[in-house]
Amino acid sequence: MMERKALMRKIQDVEFALVELQLYLDTHPFDQKALMDFNCYSQQLLMLKQQYDMAYGPLLQYGFSPSPYPWKWLDSPWPWEEQF
Amino acid sequence: MWIYEKKLQYPVRVTCGPNPKLAQYLLTQYGGPDGELSAALRYLNQRYTIPTNEAKGLLTDIGTEELAHVEIITTMIYQLTKDATVEDYEAVDMGSFYAIRDKALFYSDSNGVPWTATYIQAHSDPITDLHEDMAAEQKARAVYEHLLNLTDDPGVKDALRFLREREVVHFQRFGEALRIVQEYIDAKKIY
Repeated sequence: MMERKALMRKIQDVEFALVELQLYLDTHPFDQKALMDFNCYSQQLLMLKQQYDMAYGPLLQYGFSPSPYPWKWLDSPWPWEEQF
Repeated sequence: MWIYEKKLQYPVRVTCGPNPKLAQYLLTQYGGPDGELSAALRYLNQRYTIPTNEAKGLLTDIGTEELAHVEIITTMIYQLTKDATVEDYEAVDMGSFYAIRDKALFYSDSNGVPWTATYIQAHSDPITDLHEDMAAEQKARAVYEHLLNLTDDPGVKDALRFLREREVVHFQRFGEALRIVQEYIDAKKIY
């Protein structure tokens, strides 16, 4: 299991690739290679987020991340308090 | 709807704090005319009258990314001010900031001028709106370059460079959306 910050950095990297691809696909919806990259990173992101949710608490609110007991949403640092 | 993700889009680490003066400079990208709040609200608000799906997608996705940039700016401001003393504020002639709200944030530019909806526009005409958006990205890029000239803090510079790059990418994508909208309008005329 990666350390929390290292895992967070990995998620930030993969999500950045996905933001970039999403904007690109909005104006190039028929670029098959870009779409393959998008789906590949999307799979990676899913696995990384599952890992994070289970180890450190929900990354997303409203049920998009499950929480271990007890309620872990409040445990991890708030983004502005994170020390990178 | 929107889902909050408990993370920054890009890691922020201010190298040398406290530095309330630098925080004051950055404030304009929070609540100033070319700031990230203006950007998010401008794009999300234009979605309802833009005709093409590509542009609706882009306004939604870039508008959402701008909200993540708001949080990058506020994180830098937070880190630059959290350990600042009253004396630190006085030393850089920022006693007036401290007097009004201590370290609380407010949607204003660096001079304290409050955010106003007149910073953003929408005209229903998609050519007009997309040009407004492209101009907005260039204005924000220019402000980031001014901010880069105002600081030597490596951590702040790193985050500012990331944000400046995003303006360039958004400008590019809006330009592509404009081309698609122009083709759409031309195609309607032939039909």
